[in-house]
Amino acid sequence: MSETVIKCESVYKIFGQNAKKMLEEANGNVDAKTFQEKGCIVGVNNASFEVAKGEMLVVMGLSGSGKSTLLRCISRLTDATGGKIFIEGQDLLELNNKELIELRRSKMGMVFQSFALLPHKTVVENIAFPLQIKGTNTVDSINRAMEMVKLVGLDGRENYFPRELSGGQQQRVGIARSLAVEPDIWFLDEPFSALDPLIRKEMQDEFLRLQEKLQKTIMFITHDFDEALKLADRIAIMKDGIIEQLDTPANIVLNPATEYVRKFTEEVPREKVLIIEDVMDASSKDNLGDLKVSKDEIIENVAEKILTQEKLVGVVDSNNNIVGSIKPSKIIDTVFGGRKNGS
Amino acid sequence: MQYLKKYPKLFQWLFLLIVFFALCFAIEVPETYKFIRGQAEFVKDPNQSVYFFLGKEVRYYAFDVFWRLPPLLGWLPIWINDSLFFLMNEWMPMEFWNEDTQEFKTRPLLLQISRNLTAFMTFLIELIREILLGGLETIVAFTSWDFIDAYPWLELPGLPWTIVAAGAAILSYKLSGKGLALFAGLTMIYISIFGQWKPSMQTLSFILVAAPLSFIFGLGLGIAAYKSKRVEKALYPILLVMQTMPQYAVLVPALVLFGVGDHAAVIITMVVAVPPMILLTILGLRAIPPEVIEAGRMSGCTNWQLMLKVLIPTARRDILIGVNQVIMVCFSMAVISAFIGAKGLGFNLLLALNQLNIGLALEAGLCISLIAILLDKMSLAWANKQTDYFGNLTFYQRNKNTIFFAASVLIGIVLAYIGTFIFKGSFNYLFEVPHNKGISTADFWNKGVDWIFDTFFIYIKAFNTWLIVDVLQPMRALYLRMPAVATLVLAVGAGYLIGGIRSALVVAALTLFIALSPWWDRALVTLYMATFGVVVSCLIGFTVGTLCFQNKKSAAFMLGVCDIFQTFPSFVYLIPVMMLFGITDTSVLIAVIVYATIPATRYTIEGLRSVPVGLHEAATMSGVNKFQRLTKIEFPLAFPHMMLGLNQTIVFALFMVIIGAFIGTEDLGQYILKALSDKNGAGIGLTLGICVAFIGLIFDNLIRTWVGKRKKHLGID
Repeated sequence: MSETVIKCESVYKIFGQNAKKMLEEANGNVDAKTFQEKGCIVGVNNASFEVAKGEMLVVMGLSGSGKSTLLRCISRLTDATGGKIFIEGQDLLELNNKELIELRRSKMGMVFQSFALLPHKTVVENIAFPLQIKGTNTVDSINRAMEMVKLVGLDGRENYFPRELSGGQQQRVGIARSLAVEPDIWFLDEPFSALDPLIRKEMQDEFLRLQEKLQKTIMFITHDFDEALKLADRIAIMKDGIIEQLDTPANIVLNPATEYVRKFTEEVPREKVLIIEDVMDASSKDNLGDLKVSKDEIIENVAEKILTQEKLVGVVDSNNNIVGSIKPSKIIDTVFGGRKNGS
Repeated sequence: MQYLKKYPKLFQWLFLLIVFFALCFAIEVPETYKFIRGQAEFVKDPNQSVYFFLGKEVRYYAFDVFWRLPPLLGWLPIWINDSLFFLMNEWMPMEFWNEDTQEFKTRPLLLQISRNLTAFMTFLIELIREILLGGLETIVAFTSWDFIDAYPWLELPGLPWTIVAAGAAILSYKLSGKGLALFAGLTMIYISIFGQWKPSMQTLSFILVAAPLSFIFGLGLGIAAYKSKRVEKALYPILLVMQTMPQYAVLVPALVLFGVGDHAAVIITMVVAVPPMILLTILGLRAIPPEVIEAGRMSGCTNWQLMLKVLIPTARRDILIGVNQVIMVCFSMAVISAFIGAKGLGFNLLLALNQLNIGLALEAGLCISLIAILLDKMSLAWANKQTDYFGNLTFYQRNKNTIFFAASVLIGIVLAYIGTFIFKGSFNYLFEVPHNKGISTADFWNKGVDWIFDTFFIYIKAFNTWLIVDVLQPMRALYLRMPAVATLVLAVGAGYLIGGIRSALVVAALTLFIALSPWWDRALVTLYMATFGVVVSCLIGFTVGTLCFQNKKSAAFMLGVCDIFQTFPSFVYLIPVMMLFGITDTSVLIAVIVYATIPATRYTIEGLRSVPVGLHEAATMSGVNKFQRLTKIEFPLAFPHMMLGLNQTIVFALFMVIIGAFIGTEDLGQYILKALSDKNGAGIGLTLGICVAFIGLIFDNLIRTWVGKRKKHLGID
């Protein structure tokens, strides 16, 4: 792993009066129910994790699971009740107001579910806004904003007002605005949830394209498990403020840690999520047939080829070295097996 | 029993009414009771009872307590008065340096503050006034009288009207476009050739000081209240009372604190105009989506940047309505504050009305209304203005407006100079058309009024007599026949049935204050006039609103009409009714009805409009006809909003009833007006104002509580 950019150590966020005192008394053993009886609501419960540079961590959870609260703790839009958060080694909670503003101006960008565009500013003014806040002069900030307009494909609409744009276009503006200051860390709070399914898919692809180009450190919030699988390097699944499991998509699908996580994985078409490496047998490299497949292939793409074979199929890495093998029946196992109730 | 269970509320209301009427019939009118006419009250009469409280003597006519409560609060106005006097003249004497006499002088602190404030306001008004009209006060303020004697050419010459007209048109063009520019130009030309230039500019200078100051204070306090719960809690009751306080009433204490003149008028206008600005600022800021604020934070805004660049612009819509309100109130006050010596159109209007010169009043009123509409539209256009980053403009294009203005200044000066030759020895019409030397249509209007009177006298008189004898007098008698206890029971009962104990207590406190003041009878008369006005206004407003709603275009048109009517200063409404009905209660009531119909109509249309489209479609698919849709779907859903309209209607009606005192009514307003000319009137005026405000607040509380519950019940926001 390369250097850590975001690091959380038992972060708690509890809403309500006396939250801090109650957290101290609970001694690290926070139970949402007992807290609720005392009039406090637990938003985030003992969250610890790290995000590496250039990594995309997707936080998945249903509404009320505390995922947005967690994001707001890390961006310090709310102050965490307990725990420690480090951004590039800086203790976030120790920063004073001035340092925090400086950090946001230089390092952070955020995209919001409801776009949160300023209604009185045009597309280009919205995008230039963070730059102008920083003190960049008008000409430079507008020029830079125009570059961003091109990047997100809104050329020709730079003088439109947010209300004149479709949802997808508005979110492109939101994305462009969050990227205008070239932040290292990119927070996205359910950016595509308010969009139509088709537009959503288009935006996800666009987002992946951008990320390939920009290589930001990303925390991405969603309630859509498919979206999480599609985008994530690692997924954190949250329920009632607790991170139930934090792992790669493949590991979550193959080894759900809790019953709650398993429910999500049940309906997932594994052949679309898993790659050969996830299901191959690394120990047996002998008695291979003629067919070789790359370990990075998604199962769906090679399943047909493998299933026509009778012998073991060899798995190779990018240098064409054999790293393992796969039995044709394993494909059938993976796709159809392992699901309870035979759905 | 079955019915009782099914409609418990209905039976509770029925029970309340039965108790009320039972009380009314059970309590006899005392033989000695009579409605006290104006002058009689200050006469010492052996039949009066007397009590002393806090060293103040209160005299009153005692009745059976069930009939009229004794004025236990009678000491309050006297006490307020004495306190004010003490604060102004005796409290905290301090040494102050006096510029004029070059020595220290002992003065009470508050008096000194008031004098400083006054001087500052006077300076601001004079500055703008002298730029527009010319004069030497401003130069003197910086130097001395000797200095101006030595250099008489330093006296500001004032701007020729041509330049001001061109300036207004160019500014309008820059802000909005040709339409507004044309309107601005025509307005200015009208003002000038009708000889209203001087008073108009006096009024304008007053507005140009009062409106921006009110805006800044309102916005500032609104932001403070938004940021701190404590500030909001402290402000809220004051804001509530000020919302329903008649504008007359605040004049009286201002008179004591700041004396007579434009400066006092500005200060008092601020007192009236700031509260709605505060309320709308809070409203707007509260309605900002939290994500927009977070977006601002994440963009790295400091608190200041967040407020100036994110919060205020995002809340622009409501803040603009606030600006609109400020301008409206300022113009309204421009007329009313003529009572305390503000110069300008308002003064001319009052004078003309006093002399029953309807034509002159009409011209002055038209001027005020036109300027009001112009400023309103300009402020709106200014707030909506956009910057263009991409136009590659030439120097000429970029500075077009400045060049045009410079050119018009030049031309204006040249014209004015030429004018000195053309109009040698008489007035220079190219510089300024003097007051009453312009064209006047006053004679035409006055003749028109005379003609109407001559031709329709019989009908108008018949209508008048019928209304007064057969409707108003009996209604008034009925209201006065209510025993105080019965009224209290009715009010408190209604409060309880609508809003539970809390509402009941609030209503009881408000009603008791009025009942224990010396003016219960007067309050009843005010109430009867307001009730009459509100009932008719609502009937008209709801009908007109519903009819206009049937067609999108007519609805939009009607809302536009309401907008324009609302921009007219309230006093202007008195002109046409006096034209037709002379000095009678009918005039006041018709003015009340016209004025109060505006909110009734507006809220009806808005309420009906807010019914979701989906419901319309669902109703259409259920096969309802237009009428059924209106009665079964639209009315029930729009009703809460229409009730808010009723609330506004009541406030508007009360305002106009009080203003109607100018024509001559026997209600609280008459006493407020009288307090204006009374040396010790401050306490009386203020207490009377609070009484009127409380009448408004009683209904406000009941209606708002009901609407809140109903909206919750219907599941609309």
